[in-house]
Amino acid sequence: MTVVLIILVALVVLAAVFIIVRRRRRPANAIAPVVREAMPDLLVSEIAERPVLVEETSNLDQRLGASRSIFDRVRAITSVGALAQDQLDVVEEVLLRSDVGVTTTRAILEDLRTNGAPDGVAAAVRADLLDSLGADRSVTSSAEPGRVPVWLFVGVNGVGKTTTIGKLAQRHVNEGRSVVLAAGDTFRAAAAEQLQLWADRTGADIVRAAEGADPGSVVHDALGRAAARGADIVLADTAGRRANSTNLLDELAKIRRVADRAPGQVVETFMVLDATTGQNALSQAREFLAAAAVTGIVLTKLDGTARGGIVVAIERELGIPVKFVGVGEGVGDLIVFEPEAFVDSLLHA
Amino acid sequence: MFDALSERFERLGTSLRSRGRLSEADLDEALFEVRSALLEADVELGVVRAFLDAVRERLSGEDLNQSLTPGQQVIKAVHEQLVEVLGGSALKVTYASKPPTVVLLAGLQGAGKTTAAAKLAAWFKQQGRQPYLIGADLQRPAAVEQLRVLARQIGVDVFSEASDPVEVARKGLAEAQRLGRDVVIVDTAGRLAIDEALMREVRAISDVTQPHYTFLVIDAVTGQDAVLTARAFHETLELSGIIVTKLDYDARGGAVLSARGVVGRPVVFASTGEKLADFDLFHPDRMASRILGMGDVLSLIEQAERAMDPSIVAESAGRMMSGTFTLDDFMAQLGQVRKMGSLGGIMKLMPGVTKEMRNAASNVDDSELNKIEAIVRSMTPRERRDPNLLDGSRRTRIAKGSGTSVNAVNQLLKQFTEMRKMMKQMSGGGMPNLPGGMGRMAGLAARASAQREQLPPGFEALGAGMASAPVNRPGGGGKNKKKKGGRVTPPKQR
Repeated sequence: MTVVLIILVALVVLAAVFIIVRRRRRPANAIAPVVREAMPDLLVSEIAERPVLVEETSNLDQRLGASRSIFDRVRAITSVGALAQDQLDVVEEVLLRSDVGVTTTRAILEDLRTNGAPDGVAAAVRADLLDSLGADRSVTSSAEPGRVPVWLFVGVNGVGKTTTIGKLAQRHVNEGRSVVLAAGDTFRAAAAEQLQLWADRTGADIVRAAEGADPGSVVHDALGRAAARGADIVLADTAGRRANSTNLLDELAKIRRVADRAPGQVVETFMVLDATTGQNALSQAREFLAAAAVTGIVLTKLDGTARGGIVVAIERELGIPVKFVGVGEGVGDLIVFEPEAFVDSLLHA
Repeated sequence: MFDALSERFERLGTSLRSRGRLSEADLDEALFEVRSALLEADVELGVVRAFLDAVRERLSGEDLNQSLTPGQQVIKAVHEQLVEVLGGSALKVTYASKPPTVVLLAGLQGAGKTTAAAKLAAWFKQQGRQPYLIGADLQRPAAVEQLRVLARQIGVDVFSEASDPVEVARKGLAEAQRLGRDVVIVDTAGRLAIDEALMREVRAISDVTQPHYTFLVIDAVTGQDAVLTARAFHETLELSGIIVTKLDYDARGGAVLSARGVVGRPVVFASTGEKLADFDLFHPDRMASRILGMGDVLSLIEQAERAMDPSIVAESAGRMMSGTFTLDDFMAQLGQVRKMGSLGGIMKLMPGVTKEMRNAASNVDDSELNKIEAIVRSMTPRERRDPNLLDGSRRTRIAKGSGTSVNAVNQLLKQFTEMRKMMKQMSGGGMPNLPGGMGRMAGLAARASAQREQLPPGFEALGAGMASAPVNRPGGGGKNKKKKGGRVTPPKQR
């Protein structure tokens, strides 16, 4: 109530100020607008080659082109004392370009500055990054006796939640589990159809409702079906939602409560994250963690040019580990996350 | 960000003020802060560098404006530069002399192409055109189905069949010609920039349909990868513009600047929500404010102007200034505000509002407003004119009548009294004692209204500078308190 009133006051005052300002303004003075020379259309005509810190071991020769020269300046340097500023600059560039973020980058640079890099800059940065990725990333697929384990999938729009569920369903089926899919995205047009296609493809059971239905009830029905048929796991889809709307987050919290009520038990809540996402991923993770107790991240679309470095910041600041990564469009292209391989790919850019 | 920036600059600024000119070292320090701000907003590193060079050029050698602190001088330059880069070479959508005008949409998976296609169709329809949609995304399961559902909502036909995307595009175009539609929008499959096969496919679709406009659909939450994506698509397709989606997220959207900086094509449309109507032409000045974290007063005012009845607002504003604002006026204003939409949505556009307040506002159910209205309606006309009449028993009666509690009535009255006090002070010419951020808002409102009348560019950012208002703050300290001199009239400089 107080909030409402404060807002109202703010708005009314704004309206008043606006009117007063207008009233007081004299008729527009005849001042010629300042003409500036037009900006060039292109800000950056060449995309700089990304510098690399760790060379890819497999196709080394191909990687030894232009990128090598930048990298050579720092790679081999072992320094017990302070690193030169231009070496730090290269490290900074590598980290920033992989979306690790300003805060994490600064922390790593600070560490290099104070501790030097006795085993080489690349090794030091690698060690720092791996330190940030130390959380427990084990995956739970079983619930208490008598309850059905539920994996809940949350995330913003367009990150690949439905596709991820399809691929994970295949994974469970391959491991001999019977799967029920809950088409909890009742908002996006044709989302249930998309999940239906995955159900057909993987042989999983699916529970769906009409568009606009209550997602909680879909999850509830799916649990009922899973319990009745003795299914091994329920994968519950939810509609993509922006993480800055309290109403949408409340809805999510409700879905989670429904899914966690007997016979269901939420054993994993995955936030699906698109690797191209920038710094906003951090606030997404923060909000989804608060609303739905996220237990892990599925990082999708890593097969593109994006590095997904923001997950380092997420794990550092919020302790949410990445558990799976999507590296392709094939059904088998969702793999278990390995910190070392990931860090190497960040550094060889 | 802007808040943080201006704070950092203020500290920086006090030592500089006497000198009246930015030294090279000062500039370095200031630009370093700008750099951090831009990087945190996801602007790509190379673009950041080029941008900072341009800002530096703008600033170096320039005499310091006496009415601005050096920090504000920098912010002004940054803002101007942003607007210039984002707004340069704007694209005006014209229609082909021989219809249909073909629009091709391309972009990464999940950027929002399908939704953007439907929204674009709705936009064209609003312009009095007859759009036609072609669903050439045969990659993602049910993508065409999604397009059909959305298209049905706006009453536009969709062409698609289960064959080859290029074939679909070709047939769809022929069908559109046969039906005499004058705008055709082609939705393509999302693809990774490095997937050559799919890039060839979209190229082939482009060859077949010969689009008049090719738009890259890019997601506002994209990070550093935006440049690589934009560049790859530009090389394949020769983009004519950019559509930015998901601007309703709280991301700063630096990707827009990255993409713009690397393909040199304007951002044409922006999508700001899940509803099909949340789509409009892109406003560079607003995006600039957003990247700097300044709120979006222009949209707010526009929304207000669209929804509010000026005569009602003006009438009660007059009473506001004379200090005779009554609860009746409050009700009238409330009605006007409600027409603008949900409080949460409005708050999002307001600058200088803390995140907590914003979150609180998005929590507020608009039925709370019904309660407020109920309370005021439960008063007699005389009570509304003179709230001082309200003693305990009257308050109890009102609480009962409105189905609320005495507490709620008390709260409303307290706020109302404070509001009235504030208004009285305001009519004295200044903006005293406003709660956090409000003084800033006043500055922005002044700036906004100036901007709309096409004043010289220098002025707009002057208002922005004023918004953080240390200029007129004699003591320099006391954040957001006692902005006695923070006037809302434009400074003399004009």
